Amino acid sequence: MTIRIQLAQVEPTLGNLEANRALHLAEVEAARSEGAQAICFPELSLTGYFLKDQTPEVALSRESAFLEPLVEASRRISIGVGFVERGRDGRTYNSYAWLEDGRVAGLHRKVHLVSYGMFEESRDLAAGEHYKPIESKLGRLGVLICEDLWHMEGAWLYFQQGVDALIVPSASPARGVEAGNDGLGSVRTWRSLLETTATMTQSWVVHVNRTGWEDGISFGGGSRVIDPYGAQVGELAGLDAGRLHVDVDPREAARARTRVPLRRDEKPWILRRELERLAEEDSR
Amino acid sequence: MNEQLDVQPELVIELLVRFLRAEAGKFGFRRALLGLSGGIDSAISAALAARAFGPENVLSVLMPYRTSNPSSERDALEVAKALGTPTRKVDISAMADGYLDAEQVEDRMRARQRHGALSDDRALRPLDGVARPGHRHEQQDRDPARLLDAVRRRSQRVEPARRLVQAPGLPAGRAPRPSGVRARQGPVGGPLRGQTDEEELGFGYAEADRLLHLLVDRRYSERDLLAAGFDPELIRSVVRRVAANQYKRLPPIIAKLSQRSVNHDFRYLRSWGH
Repeated sequence: MTIRIQLAQVEPTLGNLEANRALHLAEVEAARSEGAQAICFPELSLTGYFLKDQTPEVALSRESAFLEPLVEASRRISIGVGFVERGRDGRTYNSYAWLEDGRVAGLHRKVHLVSYGMFEESRDLAAGEHYKPIESKLGRLGVLICEDLWHMEGAWLYFQQGVDALIVPSASPARGVEAGNDGLGSVRTWRSLLETTATMTQSWVVHVNRTGWEDGISFGGGSRVIDPYGAQVGELAGLDAGRLHVDVDPREAARARTRVPLRRDEKPWILRRELERLAEEDSR
Repeated sequence: MNEQLDVQPELVIELLVRFLRAEAGKFGFRRALLGLSGGIDSAISAALAARAFGPENVLSVLMPYRTSNPSSERDALEVAKALGTPTRKVDISAMADGYLDAEQVEDRMRARQRHGALSDDRALRPLDGVARPGHRHEQQDRDPARLLDAVRRRSQRVEPARRLVQAPGLPAGRAPRPSGVRARQGPVGGPLRGQTDEEELGFGYAEADRLLHLLVDRRYSERDLLAAGFDPELIRSVVRRVAANQYKRLPPIIAKLSQRSVNHDFRYLRSWGH
């Protein structure tokens, strides 16, 4: 059985929730007409990225009535959407919700907020602390928001929990125009990370990056799908907004793990033991 | 060339052309005006602008001074011809020499005159009536002179009072207005007879100051302001103005191409090194 996943490489308008929701609903319609069962948007797709002081102004609780039209649309297609979440604890998070069957089926809060170079997420957002898979009717999903992929423990923990696919939404700026790069250096690095992660976790990897400009910073696009063997099966090349649907068989992850039993041979207890040893050495 | 400084030219051009369209487009601009000196910097700017907006939508203005090297003008015309951009020549000699003493006109004064010339509606006239099929804002900005006028009005007219005159630590609503500063209005920056800024804005400074204090310093949301009893129209009007004028409070937008870029990740205070 295959599932058709649509990648929505969109260009949100900074801070304009209404316009972005309309954009999402239009993309959802387009995905449905393509026969897709799921559509994935990039990181902070409902709000735009460099929000700074706008962050609290666009924050929404996961029960917000504003999300209702999208939640409603999820009766017909599963939707992965990025937004600024106002938690019950009052803090704001960089979150990604999985909408399905008219409800919020799951949600991941970005663990690794980026606060270096041009980024300052930690000023405005609180960090998530969990890598809990989302139980979708399409399979078991692990969401890694952008920088979450750059730290190994997230993908590994999802792998331990047997996810079929990693969903990787991002708002990754285009960087690296040096002659040696053959295209954008940032896009090349992302591809390499995605392929390696798919290979090591034997999972589908669905990467959706955004496009467009925010005050002189462009987002590099390059959304792609990698199979559980690390081979690319589709990509949206270039800097334009676009759509791509890819048919994936979620069972392929399990087959890959049967053929090469990396999951069976993991030794998580060694990790625990070694972490305890390190903690003890640190405290001395 | 040092190979670490070597770039992929086609990629850089693509990024810069997209940058110009995207960032100018957000402000509703689909045409460009630039001073063409005959040097390499303005030639590249003209080439990028021509590619981004179409050569017919770029006006290159030549602004020689009486002592300028005639070869610069020839070079500039050659560039404009190659790109297919219309040109206009504004000789700045008379206005530069008319300031103080003609013998002492300095480079920086001439630079200011050129800036002034670029702000003059008449410099734009050759573009009048240029058709832009399918142009979204056809009616508003078909006439570049009107467009420029609109820009100037936008940039000079309204910045809420407290932002202009606030002294730190003063309670809201009691910010002193410097004597003589009655109002800022009109395209020329001076008060038009019989009109005050408050009349033009449609609301009073005292009320706006109170609202701004809550909005900016105390982080009231629009909903909070409504609950605090402010008129919805006033809230909408002030919030919109604060946001729409943000571009004046920050340096111009720079395309991020290098690993560390001004405004983004090249972070030092203005007084760095002083």
